[in-house]
Amino acid sequence: MIEAVGLTKRYGNTVAVDNLSFTIAPGRVTGFLGPNGAGKSTTMRMILGLDRPSSGKVLIDGTPYAKLDRPLRTVGALLDAKWVHPNRSARAHLQWLAKSNGLPVRRVDEVLDLVGLSKVAKRRAGGFSLGMSQRLGIAGALLGDPKVLLFDEPVNGLDPEGILWIRRFMQGLAAEGRTVLVSSHLLSEMAVTATDLVVIGRGKLISQSSTEEFVERSAENTVKVRSPHADKLGALLVDKGFTVHEDADTLLTVSGASSDQIGDIAASAGVVLHELSPQRGSLEEAFMRLTGDSVEYHAVETGK
Amino acid sequence: MTLLAVERIKLFTTRSPWWCMVLALGLTVGLTAIIAANWDGAPMPVIGAVFTHTFGLYVIMVMAALAVTTEYRFGTIKATFQAVPDRISPLVAKAVVVSLLAGLVGEAVAFGSWGISWVLASDNSQLALTSAADWRHVAGIGLVYAAGAILALGVGALVRQTAGAVSIILVFALVLESVVGFIPNIGDDIQKWMPFTVVSKFIFGDPDVGSLPDGAGPPVVGELSPWGSLGYFAAIALAVYVISLVVVKRRDA
Repeated sequence: MIEAVGLTKRYGNTVAVDNLSFTIAPGRVTGFLGPNGAGKSTTMRMILGLDRPSSGKVLIDGTPYAKLDRPLRTVGALLDAKWVHPNRSARAHLQWLAKSNGLPVRRVDEVLDLVGLSKVAKRRAGGFSLGMSQRLGIAGALLGDPKVLLFDEPVNGLDPEGILWIRRFMQGLAAEGRTVLVSSHLLSEMAVTATDLVVIGRGKLISQSSTEEFVERSAENTVKVRSPHADKLGALLVDKGFTVHEDADTLLTVSGASSDQIGDIAASAGVVLHELSPQRGSLEEAFMRLTGDSVEYHAVETGK
Repeated sequence: MTLLAVERIKLFTTRSPWWCMVLALGLTVGLTAIIAANWDGAPMPVIGAVFTHTFGLYVIMVMAALAVTTEYRFGTIKATFQAVPDRISPLVAKAVVVSLLAGLVGEAVAFGSWGISWVLASDNSQLALTSAADWRHVAGIGLVYAAGAILALGVGALVRQTAGAVSIILVFALVLESVVGFIPNIGDDIQKWMPFTVVSKFIFGDPDVGSLPDGAGPPVVGELSPWGSLGYFAAIALAVYVISLVVVKRRDA
């Protein structure tokens, strides 16, 4: 479990992370979502004790990172796949990491196997493709068989196969009861990866909820209604204060009402329904709307 | 102990330390060979055989600076601090490993240079190591290299950039310490307390009477005894290193 309380990081006058509090539960993948520059990486560095919070604290199972004994056994992290000496072999890189936390050399070969890098273990890490570097980073995170795992934008720049592999991998780790926190600036990616979401913008917490709830709450949900008596039903719904758009003679799009409400109204008026289906708004639209005011660097629209 | 092993793995699994060691040895022993082969007219003194050790010192200091600046350059310092969050112990382990290696290279440089002089000098009657001073001229080089490595590690950890750290070390040792002497009136007084100037007295200072003609040999300045000079140099190195530890501990990684 990761628990942040009032976490704040200031660089001069800039507030990168602003009074952030959240709890990341074990056994599920939690997405850490925010536009670029929202403070995700800074927060992750503070979780790992690399950056010192200006105020507030963050605890891992009740302990600050710096107080953990042999921390790689508790927390594994992949913040940047390029944090490897390019002239060192993949195996040597993992070897010194393992040694530093008293892990057996056998474990190095195990994690290399796990991420499918055994064959290139003796090659210099500088020659690795982005996908291979990510795998090496994940191998490093898994070395100590940790209960808590942090991944910062792990799918950035990967091909679809690599993305799918990492997604399944993270879900597998969560299924084993581990705490998995993965950051991303793409809601669509998080929607298929994460069960829970912590959403931040400009360093501030925007929401913490299940992914489903976030999507439901944030997207503008409409209900598609098909009925031979669309005119009659439309009038009734407008009377109730819902917004109705007539798409065709028999087709309505209703916003502001749940499908339950519409069904009840139709039944009480004796209106026959042929279709009643909730429509999900676009995730990216919802995300943009929520974080719209909190994007640090807006693109300026130029006149055509 | 495990952290010493970690730093040893880190140091020897990249190529630059090997190159630096080869370069330090080749430069010093090679140049000494040329000097020894051309030493005419008088018996070669012990300090003549170790005259080139300063070139190796600069190379080894670059190696030590690289040992920490490359960690910043490639982000492995973050992985290191993730693995050992107290930050001080891995840096201490690095200092132990790097300075030990620097000391060993120093001894190899010293006895390599001395040995090649013994073989090549036309008159090696003065080269035998017969006194404490003779041994200090030669074996002392290892101590200077070890202290120099600590200084370079400190500079490297403070500056965090290879180019910056290397420039500071080389410009200070090769340019600044000489230029300071040209300041009117006070120049000489400042110069004789400059660390690299002082430490050269440890190697070259107070040779045995009669081992070389009066007034010959490299100029030696300073108020301290040879061993005091080493102590002064080592104290400066240690001070810079300790300051770097404090800064690294407080700074964001």
